[in-house]
Amino acid sequence: MSSSDLAVSVRNLSKRYMLTHQGSRHATLAEHILDRARHPFRRPDTESFWALKDFNFDVHRGEVLGIVGRNGAGKSTLLKILSRITDPTTGTIELFGPVGSLLEIGTGFHPELTGRENIFLNGAILGMRRREILQQFDNIVEFAAVDKFLDTPVKRYSSGMYIRLAFAVAAHLNPEILIIDEVLAVGDVEFQKKCLGKLQEVSNEGRTVLFVSHNMAAVRQLCTSAIHLDHGLLTKHGKTDEVVDHYTTTRPVPPTLRHPNKHGLTLFTLDLLDPTTNIRTHSPIFNHDYMLKAHIHATKELTYASLRLRFFDDSGTKISSIYSPEEGIPPFTMHGDIHFTFHLPRLALFPGRYIISLEIARPNDPMVYLSVEDALLIEVQPAYLNGATWSYEKSHGLVRLANSAQLEFGVHALACSSAKHANP
Amino acid sequence: MTATTLPLAQNSPSAPRRKPYLVVRARRSWLSVNLRELWLFRDLLLSLTARDIKLRYKQTALGVLWVVLQPLLAAGILSFVFGKLANLHVDETATGKRIPYFLFMFTSLVVWNFFANIVNKVSNILVGNSALVAKVYFPRLLLPLSGAMGMLVDLAVSAILLIILQLTANIPFGPQLLFAPLILLLIMSAALGIAMAATALSVQYRDVAYILPVIVQLLFFASPIAYSVANLHGRSAAFYQLNPLTGTLSFWRWSILGTPFPPLWTIAYTAAFSLLLLLTGTMIFQRMERTFADII
Repeated sequence: MSSSDLAVSVRNLSKRYMLTHQGSRHATLAEHILDRARHPFRRPDTESFWALKDFNFDVHRGEVLGIVGRNGAGKSTLLKILSRITDPTTGTIELFGPVGSLLEIGTGFHPELTGRENIFLNGAILGMRRREILQQFDNIVEFAAVDKFLDTPVKRYSSGMYIRLAFAVAAHLNPEILIIDEVLAVGDVEFQKKCLGKLQEVSNEGRTVLFVSHNMAAVRQLCTSAIHLDHGLLTKHGKTDEVVDHYTTTRPVPPTLRHPNKHGLTLFTLDLLDPTTNIRTHSPIFNHDYMLKAHIHATKELTYASLRLRFFDDSGTKISSIYSPEEGIPPFTMHGDIHFTFHLPRLALFPGRYIISLEIARPNDPMVYLSVEDALLIEVQPAYLNGATWSYEKSHGLVRLANSAQLEFGVHALACSSAKHANP
Repeated sequence: MTATTLPLAQNSPSAPRRKPYLVVRARRSWLSVNLRELWLFRDLLLSLTARDIKLRYKQTALGVLWVVLQPLLAAGILSFVFGKLANLHVDETATGKRIPYFLFMFTSLVVWNFFANIVNKVSNILVGNSALVAKVYFPRLLLPLSGAMGMLVDLAVSAILLIILQLTANIPFGPQLLFAPLILLLIMSAALGIAMAATALSVQYRDVAYILPVIVQLLFFASPIAYSVANLHGRSAAFYQLNPLTGTLSFWRWSILGTPFPPLWTIAYTAAFSLLLLLTGTMIFQRMERTFADII
């Protein structure tokens, strides 16, 4: 590939944030001055934190680059630097064309202004010239389907109309390089489809797109290549499928956190076990029996606690959760070692990858005392059931709902309880 | 974990390198106003200004009429307090004509309100637009500029009122009126300078929003708005001249009402001070704007 079709070139890019520790943070100017006066030679108690460390990558013209990674991996920081909202600490980015970025839709929308006024204001904020907005005005109104309410203040809009209008303006932004962050996370399914369609259209026009998303299905569908970020490092750059696979299989945080957090809690293990052999597994078989066991240690006493497990699929959608008070364990006092066991008879998750997170909280207390995202990653394996000649596959969906079926014929129905069919 | 990367462009020396449209890197310089970029974003400047003007009187019964009423009411109250109750002395015109107190007050207030409105408006402009600052790129200088431009509408309305009042009082305009735009520019420079430093600081320290109105209030009484410089004598008068608004107000009233010409050095001092404020304010703003989005 020659450099003449480059769109974005990133070299040695790093971003450092200074974290000020409690005790030396100044909420007010007076405190700051007083503190400086008292301790003129002491350096403020700050710690540096590299949100991005030494990024090098190129994006070619017409490429749709997916940016994937877990929360806190540095995706948002990267987008903010690419869209010039904040400066990098070191390194350079060369942009070979005008850039437009959508980190949020409806930025700058003002509730008191009318739909018409907001189209012009928001368009200008996104970097469109007035002439361009005038040219696109009718298309925007048509796309948003708000023509009757153009001269109504948007505070009187329904939330659906508001989002449609905001997206419509954004969708008519026409820079050579487009940066998009999770814009699709809003609105109903129908609207998300419309947005994905628009994105597809943009990429088909040969424009360069940088796209951050947790929705792996969307990334696979839209992106020609991808990068994977992990704890501020660029860990993989390549074809979309390879990177997405890498992302979903990479064991993120080690589930064994050997250090107690500030509430004195440590998660030693979270394991899926075969109940008959007590052997740990990451590849359970669909419809077999399992146990989920958590071992937590509390160095400080925590009263009235409860435990919550959340199950996510590999696109980040929450499938289900287990909450201890709902499973017959009333809020308990934690001290020393605690073992939880949850029985999962006939595992109902269809084959595929699932991520389980763990949380210790107290009912009616917003504070979370222990939170381990990605505490366990499992890959459910297919299985043959009920004498069917095919196995349950990932394409079936996520959860099996039926577990017995009947077939009846004629007016006087005959129960066929022996012939159980789980219709795929 | 293996770090794999696609071949980077710099490894293929054969291809001719295009010039990038834009290079992003950490900014280090103390003063770098990119006028070309400001010009590219002129439509946004106008949109933001228009938004502020439209929003100011939305859902008010009298609407734009407030632009007219506000300065008249303020001048009326202040004339009553200072002119009637305190019976302060005001200048006569250079030709010895008596100036009605209300007109004197209103003339001063046109400039003062312009100054105070810009300071009050612009000092809050970053915090007030934090969503924009955190989520979109545009030259940050546009925000203070749009704030100041929004105040031009009020200034224009006040100026028309002033012309009507002065003609009614039968005090003619002289050729020195040509200096008026220059004086307004100086006032705007001083106000913007102070406000840009204040708004940049307020991103980190919200205290600014509390202390600045007090300072502005203090400045109102410390400046010759309700009275003329001739009221002051001795050492306090010299001290008084340190306030750059003193010279500006005398200069302004000379230009509009035809009061005696102030000493030339006060004008030079005022002009230099105002421009210095603008320069310092811009530098502080630019120095701090790199971290606005991280802190706000």
